[in-house]
Amino acid sequence: MFELLGISPQALISQLLIGLINGSFYALLSLGLAVIFGLLNVINFTHGALYMLGAMVAWMGLTQLGGWVGMPDLQLPYWLALVVAPLIVGLFSIVIEKTMLKRLYRLDHLYGLLLTFGLALVIEGLFRHWFGVLGNSYPVPDLLRGGMRVNELFIPWYRLWVVGMALAACFATWFFIERTNLGSLLRAGTENPRLLQALGVNVPLIITLTYGAGCALAAFAGVLAAPIYQVTAIMGSDLIIVVFAVVVIGGMGSIAGSILTGLGLGVIEGLTKVFYPQASSVSIFVIMIIVLLIKPAGLFGKVR
Amino acid sequence: MKQRYLSKLIAGALFASAGVASAQGISNDSVNIGVLTDLSGIYSAVEGPGAVLAAQMAAEDFGGTVLGKPIKITSADHQSKADLSASKAREMFERDNVDMIMGNVASSSALAAMEVANQLKRIVIVTGAASLPITNERCNAYTIHYVYDTYALANGTAAGVVASGKKTWFFLTADYVFGHTLQRDATEVVNAKGGKVVGSVLHPIKTTDFASYLSQAQSSKAEVIALANAGGDTIGSIKQAAELGIVGSKQTIVPLLMFTSDVQALGLKDTQGMNFTVGWYWNFSDANRKFADRFMKNFNGVAPTSVQAGVYSATMNYLQAIKTAGTDNSDAVMKQLKSTPIDDGLFKGVIRADGKFEHDMYLLQVKTPKESKNKNDIASVLQVIPAKDATLPLSQSKCVLVTGVKS
Amino acid sequence: MNTTTSTQATAQAAAFKPSVINTTMINKITLVVFVLLALLPFQDAVYDLFMMKVFCFAIFAASVNLLLGFSGLLSFGHAAFFGTSAYVTAHAMKEWGVTPELGLLFGVVASTALGYVFGSLAIRRQGIYFAMITLALAQVVYFIATQLPFTNGEDGIQGVPRGSFLGVFSLTNSSHMYWFALGVFIIAFLLIQRVVRSPFGQVLKSIRENEPRAISLGYDVDRYKLMAFTISAGLAGLGGGLKSLVLQLASLGDVFWHTSGEAVLMTILGGIGTLWGPILGAAIIINLQNYLANLGGWSTIATGAIFVVCVLAFRRGIVGEISHRLNIRL
Repeated sequence: MFELLGISPQALISQLLIGLINGSFYALLSLGLAVIFGLLNVINFTHGALYMLGAMVAWMGLTQLGGWVGMPDLQLPYWLALVVAPLIVGLFSIVIEKTMLKRLYRLDHLYGLLLTFGLALVIEGLFRHWFGVLGNSYPVPDLLRGGMRVNELFIPWYRLWVVGMALAACFATWFFIERTNLGSLLRAGTENPRLLQALGVNVPLIITLTYGAGCALAAFAGVLAAPIYQVTAIMGSDLIIVVFAVVVIGGMGSIAGSILTGLGLGVIEGLTKVFYPQASSVSIFVIMIIVLLIKPAGLFGKVR
Repeated sequence: MKQRYLSKLIAGALFASAGVASAQGISNDSVNIGVLTDLSGIYSAVEGPGAVLAAQMAAEDFGGTVLGKPIKITSADHQSKADLSASKAREMFERDNVDMIMGNVASSSALAAMEVANQLKRIVIVTGAASLPITNERCNAYTIHYVYDTYALANGTAAGVVASGKKTWFFLTADYVFGHTLQRDATEVVNAKGGKVVGSVLHPIKTTDFASYLSQAQSSKAEVIALANAGGDTIGSIKQAAELGIVGSKQTIVPLLMFTSDVQALGLKDTQGMNFTVGWYWNFSDANRKFADRFMKNFNGVAPTSVQAGVYSATMNYLQAIKTAGTDNSDAVMKQLKSTPIDDGLFKGVIRADGKFEHDMYLLQVKTPKESKNKNDIASVLQVIPAKDATLPLSQSKCVLVTGVKS
Repeated sequence: MNTTTSTQATAQAAAFKPSVINTTMINKITLVVFVLLALLPFQDAVYDLFMMKVFCFAIFAASVNLLLGFSGLLSFGHAAFFGTSAYVTAHAMKEWGVTPELGLLFGVVASTALGYVFGSLAIRRQGIYFAMITLALAQVVYFIATQLPFTNGEDGIQGVPRGSFLGVFSLTNSSHMYWFALGVFIIAFLLIQRVVRSPFGQVLKSIRENEPRAISLGYDVDRYKLMAFTISAGLAGLGGGLKSLVLQLASLGDVFWHTSGEAVLMTILGGIGTLWGPILGAAIIINLQNYLANLGGWSTIATGAIFVVCVLAFRRGIVGEISHRLNIRL
């Protein structure tokens, strides 16, 4: 078969596929961030730590819960964890919003960034202290073990499952915000909260719930990630700036933008890993610089 | 008047008769050992708080004093960062009067501490770090490299695996000096033993997702996928290799640098059958087991790693060297250490002119979950690699202490 | 940043009473502090290496403060300048064997040039986008640092000789190095003071307070921002180069984005927009990290907690609060 730049087309396709899989994961992660910034104007640096928290809750539920409660066989299975972990983390983040974030809304939104950055450090530090850095292994659920072989490439069922869930979540969120009545209330609340409140809508409640939902999305991504990546206290901090880059490139107010950018970036990163692998970590930042210089508010964003 | 003069004379005579060396005595009236290690970061399980415990155990077992002076153990965290290591080392030597710094996991931190030690003429014993340059290009007169190095890993693991019939190799390498060195050393061994390197790929350190690199390894069809990386990268590569079905397939994952703590973090299911080289394993001899039992009692039931055992042994031998030399002066102690063979039940060998402790290495094979009886019983010793095979021959050394020529 | 300082300004205007502690007195106190610092090597309570580290990071934090507190620009990528200068100075000292003041000069020139380039790219954007561009550019610098052979990757440039000041005074002696570092620190401090109190500094403040108005008054706002950015980069470089001399090594940690975050934290803790704020912030954070270093993960937790507390309840920072209460400009 012909070789393109030193790599066979089969290998290239498999790399693109892997890139798409990663991209959908980036899209899911950046979704929560985009929702929170787009609707709340808060730059949620805690996102990475909450992603880690989701994975940790899933792991603790599976392995530690029995020991704590005195019933060694009690376990939180993966399928339940997919729902329970986001709920717990969502509630936790609502508490954060009500006690701390609320006070910063009237200020420059860089303070929100600094607060969430500090919170991320605290959460990460605590988990490092409790569980160390090497982390723990979370098993792939039995139903999703194995995979299919396409030529030389082995695609695990679990990764396809992740893609499916990620895309479903992305679509659901986008649909909810752009196409439903509740979603339009949310959008109205960001543009003119006073007016909306005057019309009788409980705006602070909506804001709080939105923040909780955005953070729950991060935890959801965490549970999805647990069987693939080692569950460690620092799993979020390495990802957070990449996810940020995705949101910034996509346009900080645009949900569709984040999703498309996440997918695109996954593919580009995948290609970089083939042709110039050492640069795969930095490729996203190079793109961010280029995009921001050409389109100041990101690819799909609107300048505020 | 005469009486005082006489007593001074007697005192002087007593001093002189105690031997020339002891005229130097123990500096600051105590022997201070500083454990400089990664207390909370990626290498904390390999060395970390366990190393501090090991040093304390050694001090206690030695009797708590040497030449009548107390032994003090202090510790500091360098978080595997070279500049923290440099400033902590300087602080320990200059401000806290530490005589010897032990530990130094993470090669760049070790090199930084060695630099400070060389300037201030104090001793550094490297147990946790791996880079060969520590006793090769970057060697100095005040450094001892105790447990293992990249040459031993390459010659242990790579040689052993090629000998078992797996001849084609693909490297997954972390893109930094350590990864490159490990790949280079292993490649030499593979080629020398009749194997062939069919490809390699570099990845940035602290990568999360290895699927892309691993699938490149898969398409190369090499019998061995060698991991020339460390810490979280090694763990991530193995976990995802298991997920992608590589573990248990015709291709074997060979981690060139792995510790028992990494295996415990990953679990036996994903690591069973893997081969890796260490400088010491707890379940190899009765002496090792006895030490491990005592260690475990104070360490949450977790057995010591090779590095932690190395800290214990090195501390004991350091204290012994002080006792024999009669002083804690660095030059005298180094001379003593390099001229006394070590055989303390845990390690057996000699410290060479370049500071390298030449001793046997062990090729381990990870047990299956069924074979393992408890959380520490994770491997069996496949093969003992003799000291001479595991250490860079002095004839090939680029160390200035051996060749006389600065490299 | 706008909201706090305009509240501060309003409060000050409303409660203005001529204070006993005026500018001349502050200058005198500053002089006394400098003299006390110079006497440090003669006592045992404070370790001089620790103090030298504080100087380096105080200069670094002050450079971030110049941009953040006086120009209203948050840069998340200043580690690029700090680290680049650290590497260049280390290389110059080790490979070219120059004297330390020349080594520092090379480092500062490098970081200033880099600052000019980055500034030109970043200034075009505002607020969070500005911060993100600086972060992205810093990440690119980090990547380049891992790839270039002269930086030695993970090992960094080690064994950097301290050299002899003016070819005469050997800096290997700890006290000499300390006085040299103190000298550099004082120069940096006075330089910042000069910039802030100059007409140029006033224009910067006006841009921070109300950019549209500054534009309408006819100021070329972008040019001023670029100049502030470049000066700030040069200063960060001064801190970085000094650090290479003090610790005798330059490593990847210097260009990593966490270092940028630390500088921001020091500035906020100390007090944005004050002269002494970053210095106090640097002293506290370095002390804290040193003290907590042996307690494992607590360093990260404490750093995060300080961030949270400062942002929620303590936005003026320590020096800022003191400044506010006593109605003086620190």
